[in-house]
Amino acid sequence: MPREGILINTPYERISEEQVKQIHQASIEILNDPGLICFNREAADIFNSNGADVTSVSSGDHPHWLVRIPEGLVLQALDNAPKTVKLGARNPDNTLIMKGEEPRVHFISGSETNIWLDVDFPTYVRKADHSVEIKVPEFHPRRGTVADLCQSAHVCEHLETLDGYIRTVNIQDKDITEDNKDVNKFFASLNNTTKHVMSGLTKLEQLDNVVNMAKLIAGGEEELKENPIISFITCLVKSPLQFVEDTTQTFIEICRRGLPIVVSSSPQAGSTAPIKEAGILAQINAEVLAGITLSQLVNKGTPVIYGSVPVRARLDTLGDSYGAVETSQYNIDCAQLARFYKLPNYSTSGVCDTKTPGQQTSIERLFSDILVTLSGPQYLHCAYGLLDCNSVFCLLQAVLDDAHFQMIKFFLKPAQIGQAEIDETLKQIREVVATPQKLYIRYLRPVMRSGEISMSYPFEGDGDTDDVFALAYERMNQLLAKPVEHIDEATTGRIFQEIPGLLPRLNVYK
Amino acid sequence: MSDDIIALLKENVIQGRKTQDDEGIDENLNGTPGVTELIQAALEQNIAPSVIIMQGLTAGMQVVGEKYSSKEYFIPDMLASAEAVGAAMDILKPYLEASNVETKGKFAIATVKGDIHDIGKNIVAILLKGAGYDVNDLGTDVPTEKIVEIVKEEKPDYLGLSALLTTTMVNMGEVMEALKENGVRDKVKVLIGGAAVSDEYAREIGADAYCVDGFDAINVLDTFQSSGA
Repeated sequence: MPREGILINTPYERISEEQVKQIHQASIEILNDPGLICFNREAADIFNSNGADVTSVSSGDHPHWLVRIPEGLVLQALDNAPKTVKLGARNPDNTLIMKGEEPRVHFISGSETNIWLDVDFPTYVRKADHSVEIKVPEFHPRRGTVADLCQSAHVCEHLETLDGYIRTVNIQDKDITEDNKDVNKFFASLNNTTKHVMSGLTKLEQLDNVVNMAKLIAGGEEELKENPIISFITCLVKSPLQFVEDTTQTFIEICRRGLPIVVSSSPQAGSTAPIKEAGILAQINAEVLAGITLSQLVNKGTPVIYGSVPVRARLDTLGDSYGAVETSQYNIDCAQLARFYKLPNYSTSGVCDTKTPGQQTSIERLFSDILVTLSGPQYLHCAYGLLDCNSVFCLLQAVLDDAHFQMIKFFLKPAQIGQAEIDETLKQIREVVATPQKLYIRYLRPVMRSGEISMSYPFEGDGDTDDVFALAYERMNQLLAKPVEHIDEATTGRIFQEIPGLLPRLNVYK
Repeated sequence: MSDDIIALLKENVIQGRKTQDDEGIDENLNGTPGVTELIQAALEQNIAPSVIIMQGLTAGMQVVGEKYSSKEYFIPDMLASAEAVGAAMDILKPYLEASNVETKGKFAIATVKGDIHDIGKNIVAILLKGAGYDVNDLGTDVPTEKIVEIVKEEKPDYLGLSALLTTTMVNMGEVMEALKENGVRDKVKVLIGGAAVSDEYAREIGADAYCVDGFDAINVLDTFQSSGA
């Protein structure tokens, strides 16, 4: 049985059907004029040999081509792309089945940050009265390590609402190089969670090592095809409208291997995309459609996910503003566009502008988490623990986010109203009204532990003080103490024998 | 055999099963005798009421209290258990009188004049009854004169006054004055509670205690009893 996620019965939609068609048409026009600048020779050749209008623009140090993609090629690719994408998992119960037409949301962690945020609770003494002491959370940023990635995957394994794992932190240990980063980040993730693992690839030369590792874990080549325990995310089109040389090559190679892949684009309204909603939508849609078209030209039937990470620019820094209200609007619109194409959608919510957990963080996260969830994207990168746009990961925040998603998931359960419920409650009402105390508590008890009623916020303190962080920290440590199912010893042995570059300290059996 | 019944009684108090029709937490007990049926069985076996109370009811409630403190149990669990114990005490009442076993005390409780809110008051009444008090619930919107009359005639050890509204809490002060005027203020300990009132307000009107909730009321009463008040 795959993970259930949460089915949105009536997805929230901001734009009308007519407006969706207008955006689609505008994207088709963009793909033809101005088209895309392509820095990858092979992609240019593929487009050229399939009927696109490809012209060489420069043959200097950075040769590139102008690729104008005709509408027919795009529509053909949309036809060929699978409408259901399966993301497998070490534990088959954690499989994700994503149907483009079904707004069933799965909640996912990520994405890769450079900074890991530690927390501790030093004691402070009141200046005016030394008998008064309080513990205050303090956050300490540092460079992420492979041990952090293991911890993060471990905790994410135990977060109930989290359906799939995108690696959360960039591993920057001294013995990690460009040549061994990919195998170590995939192994650290796969060995500490039985949920689906998605990641970007640092170096194309490592792709086959990563895929071979996945084959060993899945049980073979066919088994990996049947149960793709890993998938990839690539941002092959840099906004505005440029196929990047190396990422596009990585994308082509992943498509050739038939593994699931997210075609992601992340334009910034105001700087790398038009500031108006219609403008950024038309552009991001064109960028994603260009990637999808390439995927199907490389390998017809490649399982692709429509990946949209549109953001608005911060006006003070021109950095990404994930906390901006418009960012949620764009993401909701993109979920609608993906549904129009019947493709599963990778969407984004929960990323915030703040650098540490706190009130603004909770407000920004919940705002986008609730609204974007309601739009029904199948693969919601809702960024458990992510702070400071995409720069900082805090495990404590991930635990807090799980509590938020429990509330959201509970809220989205379908209403249970039917004749049986009405008959039962009429009976209760008549019985209770006839009693002296007129309390329904007797009927409350049987449902209290059945999951039919929501529980209190799990990090509510006993006293008048706000103990949320301290209680979440306690929970985080409980989850870290709870064991995870590692890859078995024999398979681990083969992996360390056959896959070069793995750090010996990641072998839990040695 | 008697040990078995007492153990079952304790377990059913913990489960909050007043009768055999009630569902507790352990599904295996569904359909088996609840507290009231087990009390009857215990009496038929001539088990002393004091044993039933101490080793069955009180021991069960002690576990319930511990589970509530550790957040394993919620208020509805506590109330279900208290309600079961309250029903048990009703059955045991004639036996207790016959054997001169006293309850923890008589407790009259009322929502004051002008106020019809009674959820909190009802919960307090159930909990106190479950804790072994002989509770007389006077209801809501109870006139001051009626409360004074009950204090004079039934001589409760304790009087609980409840008010939800800031507009009706002043009637608690009126009750206190009326108790004084009728010469019975010293005959009864007055506890007040409800969303509108506070510790400060209790002092202001001369009540003996303010209780945040039913559990607090039990603690306050225990303090009174241990101090001999």
